[in-house]
Amino acid sequence: MDWINAIIQGALLGGLYAMFAAGLSLIFGVMRLVNIAHGDLIVLSAYVALTTSVGLGLNPLLALVIVVPVMAGFGYALQRLVLNRTMGDDLLPPLLVTFGLSIIIQNALLMGYSADPQKLQAGPIETASVNLGPITLGVMPVMVFAIAVAVIAGLQWMFYRTALGRAFRATSDRQDIAQLMGLNRAHVFGLAMALSLAVTAIAGVFLGIRTSFDPAAGASRLIFGFEAVIIGGLGNLWGTLWGGIILGVAQTLGAKINPGYQILAGHIVFLLILAVRPRGLFPRMDG
Amino acid sequence: MPDPIISIQGLDAHYGDFQALYGVDLAVEPGQVVAVIGANGAGKTTLMRSISGLLKNKADAIRWQGRPIGALRADQIAALGIALVPEGRLLFPSLSVEENLIIGGQLGRKGPWNLARIYQLFPILQERRNVPATALSGGQQQMVAIGRALMSNPELLMMDEISLGLAPVVIKSIYEALPDIVGEGLSAIVVEQDIAKALSVSSHVVCLQEGRVSLTGGSGELSRDEISKAYFGV
Repeated sequence: MDWINAIIQGALLGGLYAMFAAGLSLIFGVMRLVNIAHGDLIVLSAYVALTTSVGLGLNPLLALVIVVPVMAGFGYALQRLVLNRTMGDDLLPPLLVTFGLSIIIQNALLMGYSADPQKLQAGPIETASVNLGPITLGVMPVMVFAIAVAVIAGLQWMFYRTALGRAFRATSDRQDIAQLMGLNRAHVFGLAMALSLAVTAIAGVFLGIRTSFDPAAGASRLIFGFEAVIIGGLGNLWGTLWGGIILGVAQTLGAKINPGYQILAGHIVFLLILAVRPRGLFPRMDG
Repeated sequence: MPDPIISIQGLDAHYGDFQALYGVDLAVEPGQVVAVIGANGAGKTTLMRSISGLLKNKADAIRWQGRPIGALRADQIAALGIALVPEGRLLFPSLSVEENLIIGGQLGRKGPWNLARIYQLFPILQERRNVPATALSGGQQQMVAIGRALMSNPELLMMDEISLGLAPVVIKSIYEALPDIVGEGLSAIVVEQDIAKALSVSSHVVCLQEGRVSLTGGSGELSRDEISKAYFGV
């Protein structure tokens, strides 16, 4: 029964990883940008939530109402003012610039908040749980998983059912021809980054409620996000959710065997899947 | 003579150090169809890319209803009412046939063209509207590419080598649709390698040779000798 419990807890944790990954997947899909600063942007979101919730005396869950638009606006500005200048046929310049951005964010957080670990206090809901027979489920993990599913479903719907999604897909297919349709590439890219950071903001707030964070916490979140994307298959949002779940389950099962194996088990499963299915478990058919 | 809808004067175009166009002049009057002919590499597609804003030009090299537009971005050019059917069709593979058409109309310009009119012009597209655009045959893809450009209700329609790589019977059916299209009063620039086709649909011809205009005149007035000399340079 312990093992079943570990699998369920791991699957729920996978929801959070899927949210780390969704924003990463979205901007890679639309503009072939590999965002090395993604993990640090997740942590930045957690700090923005910290400041808002402490400053305004809000529950961090309510602070989402502020953090999500703030991060989306930051994403749009970042793309229009900085990253668009690096976009071209070469993948390397945007990669280097986001690497630099990662260092800037970490050091700015270090200056502003010190290296002390912080945590978002969401109150009694953090420890609330429901008993289902022998299994006990935390309300918070279940809620995070449900929100992750809703976020992925929402992104899927946006991509395939709305004019914005059509613009994203067209720009992803052929940037220059999309411009002939009257789409301003710089603006479309800005919107993609805004959406990516809106998802990142949600992920960052739940990360901060779940565990403590410090300015250097971004790198491992970036890795988890990348692993979830690759396991699921690039360009497949539901695959990304499955990637997150597999990674989460591998980590909790590893921790069950030996607490020291938690992170290692996740990486091993990732490497195994990469070796057997280099394009991920659910690659996009036309990719 | 009415004022031209678009006038190009002394247009140069470069790819890096390579100069592809040298001082090209061209004007299209409202409702006129101008054919641009020339051999491979003469600069026809470069000219289309320059007009549509995919290549940057000097602002006053291209004038739209008198206004200099040479330095605008491609999306701004599209918003003015200039649409391009690009060489090789270049549909969006992750969009369905219908989505390809809808995105062509996403600027929301008013005019006679909408989904229903496109499906009336090319009924086969309605049958296949939900399949991925690149699952169609070459001729059907060309219909989508033309429909996608028309959906923006352009005032100037530019078609780059629309018969390239298609079977003669398909080319014939696409060219049969042209009078319906141009009959709506829009102006057009038709790029063709097939001289007979080009002469039959146009009232005015511009021949390019190695990036320069080598001949220009009324489609019915030029002799075969003049054209082949301007075309091949011999």
